[in-house]
Amino acid sequence: MLSYVLRTLIRMVLTFFVIVTIVFFATRLSGNAVDFVIGEGMTTEDRDLLISYYELDRPIWSQYFAFLRSFTDGQFGLSFIERRPVAEMVLERIWPSTQLLLSAVALTVLVSIPLGIAAAIWRKSWIGSAVMVLAFLGYAVPNFVLAIVMVLVFSYWLNWLPVVGNGTALHFIMPTVALAGVLIAALTRFTRNAMLDVLGQDFMRTARAKGLPEKAVIFKHGLRNAGITILSVIGLQVAGLAASGSVVIEAIFAWPGIGDLLVTSALRRDYPVLQFGVLTVALAVILINAAIDLAYAWADPRLRHTVKG
Amino acid sequence: MTYPAVPAASAPAAALQFWRSADVIQKAAIVIGLSLVLLAVLAPLIAPFDPNSQSLIARLRPPLGFERAKAGYLLGTDELGRDVFSRSLYGLRLTLMLAGLGATLGLLIGGTLGLLAGIVGGRTEASIMAAVDTQIAVPFTLVALFLLAVLGSSIEVIVLVLGLAGWEQYARIVRGEVRRLMNMPFIEAARAAGAGPLRIARRHLLPNIVSPLVVQFTLSLSNIVLLESTLSFLGLGVQPPTATLGSMVGIGRDYMPTAPWIVVAPAMMILLITFAVQILGDWLRDGADVRLRAR
Repeated sequence: MLSYVLRTLIRMVLTFFVIVTIVFFATRLSGNAVDFVIGEGMTTEDRDLLISYYELDRPIWSQYFAFLRSFTDGQFGLSFIERRPVAEMVLERIWPSTQLLLSAVALTVLVSIPLGIAAAIWRKSWIGSAVMVLAFLGYAVPNFVLAIVMVLVFSYWLNWLPVVGNGTALHFIMPTVALAGVLIAALTRFTRNAMLDVLGQDFMRTARAKGLPEKAVIFKHGLRNAGITILSVIGLQVAGLAASGSVVIEAIFAWPGIGDLLVTSALRRDYPVLQFGVLTVALAVILINAAIDLAYAWADPRLRHTVKG
Repeated sequence: MTYPAVPAASAPAAALQFWRSADVIQKAAIVIGLSLVLLAVLAPLIAPFDPNSQSLIARLRPPLGFERAKAGYLLGTDELGRDVFSRSLYGLRLTLMLAGLGATLGLLIGGTLGLLAGIVGGRTEASIMAAVDTQIAVPFTLVALFLLAVLGSSIEVIVLVLGLAGWEQYARIVRGEVRRLMNMPFIEAARAAGAGPLRIARRHLLPNIVSPLVVQFTLSLSNIVLLESTLSFLGLGVQPPTATLGSMVGIGRDYMPTAPWIVVAPAMMILLITFAVQILGDWLRDGADVRLRAR
């Protein structure tokens, strides 16, 4: 187990290192690094100070090490626009993003697992087909279209829900549903397939043969076995989809999270914020993935010994 | 790259058989897909107006059949008096073109790297697969956002970004298939007969991995259309005044309470593209996957 943990940690660090490197070279190789890091409208002294801090007058390799150093002392620079420390701007946005993500994932799990099970059990009846058509539609509707249609109907026409911000519980409804749409489609399809795999197994027949009621067969024997694969998808795929989706959804609803910050700074070319924000989200996703990996290895001893390939 | 044709009787007969094996939804997907492609190809002939020509006196007019509608403007006009129908057609054309280019680029990058990984093995394989893992670990929308902000939203950069969006799937598929095939007797035989690695790749490996690649290409098309529309919607994709479906929805959003028709046509088109492509891709996958046929 210890060696597995170690391997996971090393892979995690390597992945993050690769991303940091890509971000660094993408920013430095595209134009004037001085303008890129510092921006316009600064006094000469400040400018010189920053140039010497980031070693922008030195060869690219020492710039690279200066960039890496900023991770150890927490000096990530100032926003071009707001003139505030970048780290502060990004960190204060983590909690709203987390709230939105958690509520979307919760909604996804509550809706798609029952739907997926129903679609698997009644695969040949109209229920199964209806669920699958809905899942396809959910996959095809882009989240921003879903979002603006909801805004049109529930905010402009019916005047039921607020459009922007995250002040009250009502503010959560539309962003959560818009973000969860694709996730529900993905997880429903997956749950159905995982259940179908399990339903055909020998132990299901055994459970029925020994006279268990159908409910117990499906929930105790079926769902428990499909559960592991379903959980892995929630962890890996759903987390990734949610991170991508929240960028758009937060921008539409002016949700004060990281996604909104990233879009705003990308549009304003506020590079220090964008750079740090992308790295923060990447780090968060890598950490979540590693945590899931370790949780599996802990739950399933077979995984610790198989080399992934 | 030319793929050997599937040994079917004749093209029309094969198409007919294909059509007959489809269910209602799949038939609908075929019809929708073909009509969208046709509309995109014929856009310059069908579109009644130049997509970028503005008209101050015809701003924000509703579609024909509504009050205040202006003759000739089938789906109404936008905030600058441009014809929504013409812009949707050109937007569809550009969106499909970008998606096609992006998916092809992804196929070329991923396919080449996957072949390389599978055939050469060793360190090359390890580093390519590490790159694949990195790509999977980070949500791509972020990377796209970052690259577009840093490199600017020119068409070349957009195609590059869209191409980078799905290469890792091709690389994984190709490498897996190649590794499986390399142990097969017929590869052994080819090698024994003196075929070099390039010849083996071209004559013996590629024909055997075409079908999973076709499936992946179809499935990735809808993801790429969604990514492109999302980026354009956010204002980071193709820049105005050029129309793409995503940017029409993004800009039209501001006029939604009073002029919802601006976003309806492009939004419906995005939805139809992704729906049709998803259905077709799933169908192809089920057909290619023998294990699923039994179900």
